[in-house]
Amino acid sequence: MTEFTAATVYDLPPADLVLGDRVAGRMYTDPAIFDQEMTKIFERAWIWVAHESELPKAGSFKSTHVGRHPVIVTKDRKGEIRTLVNRCRHRGASLCEKKTGHANGFTCPYHAWSYGLDGKLRGIPYPDGYEGVMDKADLGLKTLRTESYGGMIFATLNAEAEPLADFLGDVKLWIDRFMAQGGGYPVKVLGTHRFTYRGNWKIQLENTTDGYHFPIVHRSWMASVDAETAEMMSFMTDPTAVTHDLGNGHSVMQMVPEHSDLDADDGSEPLQPRFDGLVARLEAAGADEAEIRRLVRAVHGTGFNLNLFPNVSMSISFFRVLRPISVDETVIEHVALGSDGPAEIVGPVNRERLRAHEHFQGPFGFGTPDDSEGWDRVQRGAQGAPELPIMVNRGLGREKPSAEGWPTSHVTDETGMRAAYAQWKRMMSDD
Amino acid sequence: MTETLTDPRVVRAIELAWREAALLDAKEYETWQGLYAEDARYVIPIERDAEDFDDVLNMVNDDARMRGLRVRRMTEGYAIAAVDSAITVRTVSRFIPTDVDDRSVTLKAAQIIVAYKRGRHDLWAADVDYVVRLGASAGEDRFARKVVRLVNADEAVPAAGFLL
Repeated sequence: MTEFTAATVYDLPPADLVLGDRVAGRMYTDPAIFDQEMTKIFERAWIWVAHESELPKAGSFKSTHVGRHPVIVTKDRKGEIRTLVNRCRHRGASLCEKKTGHANGFTCPYHAWSYGLDGKLRGIPYPDGYEGVMDKADLGLKTLRTESYGGMIFATLNAEAEPLADFLGDVKLWIDRFMAQGGGYPVKVLGTHRFTYRGNWKIQLENTTDGYHFPIVHRSWMASVDAETAEMMSFMTDPTAVTHDLGNGHSVMQMVPEHSDLDADDGSEPLQPRFDGLVARLEAAGADEAEIRRLVRAVHGTGFNLNLFPNVSMSISFFRVLRPISVDETVIEHVALGSDGPAEIVGPVNRERLRAHEHFQGPFGFGTPDDSEGWDRVQRGAQGAPELPIMVNRGLGREKPSAEGWPTSHVTDETGMRAAYAQWKRMMSDD
Repeated sequence: MTETLTDPRVVRAIELAWREAALLDAKEYETWQGLYAEDARYVIPIERDAEDFDDVLNMVNDDARMRGLRVRRMTEGYAIAAVDSAITVRTVSRFIPTDVDDRSVTLKAAQIIVAYKRGRHDLWAADVDYVVRLGASAGEDRFARKVVRLVNADEAVPAAGFLL
């Protein structure tokens, strides 16, 4: 294994900057590495693009990005989900500048070439100039492979990528568990917070599996919630709170192990008194005791962060999506989730979930700005002394396989970061 | 429109908005909190045209309890974003009174904030809706509602260590 030094760190190939228990700070600061990451990771891996609730019917669309490529995720007339590069085949103008909506198709504003929801070129104004020059059938929008699991929709530019189900592997079990927070109803996107920070995307990738920072960075949030919520999040000294390396760069961090599987409820855990008002509203709406219990226990989400390499985390009760903009700028989306069911039942539940989300997440939350300040500081500090590594060795000495065979350590350990960086190293080594 | 900017009731509402701007730039959050009525709402929505905030996601949707918690967070010294927050200078102007009587003034305004931190200036532009409840004297005027509609409300904004 090559060690990096001040003399060599700027000359080593990117894959040599990951040493298992530490990585080089240059990985956050080198624009050339960023360009390679876009090509080798974000344009080859399965990238999360949408949740199925964001595309409720034929004609629904969402615009987003896969690596550097602007894309539109659509549901076509047959109900098939497609990911189309948001670029007219004529002269390259973007077709759609709305984040979400409903459309019959997409017409370029420049010369009015029009495309169907399936990406096929439908119409060209004054087509006589193209007679004998080209075939419309060859000029559909560039389409990405698109597959989904458990309502999570992913796309890839890599025609040779393994099937999504294989890439997810043992993650699928945890996606199933995450969706149990619908409380018997499907999970639905309620709204999205968006914010930027001036740091490399991998700093946020680390944070989604960093239990160690929580009581320090989020002390002011801990002080602002009720004692029961604070107690529920007091995982620092709980030996049953663990992180598993699930393979392919994915990991799961179980902060509240008793809420890992919300469907496994022996009835012994009392509902928190702070939800008495919600319980009363659900009773008035006609929900039975078992349903109320399912919904209320799920208000805080599941007890884990499921970190999917490279761009999405299913974080307790929301999705955390990252989009690298440049080597030192990243956009984060915090996607609030709720239940999709009858308004009289899910209305009060979702209101509770929205307020809890606003309390912590988003650019003015009680948690996010503090995280963001930490990430800014990492980016600034990592410019110094390039021979000093970024340490990801916490818990290496106590990492053991779980019964399922997953490398496992305490929830405050850096097992998930090591898993992500091992995948980063694999993908960056692959020519 | 019968309401005018020189109406003494409107002048009082504008003065309250300017007093608030000065307090927020000075990060005097304890005093700032006192400008709000107990039943007031302070909202920064994500949907610029939202009027009903409870069933949608907002950046901020604070009642008195949440304002109190927020002030504590901003002043207790443990929130690293607040401890090291940007220096702000804000301008509140382009006032349009829309509803005026002896009890309250409803006012629209433009707010520009320049936030400076570590060599960079961030610009925050917003339309602001105020409802000011008039007291027996100007010192007893209180906000009953403030809604800050950022021009880029549904886009990515910097994570902030200050209030708008």
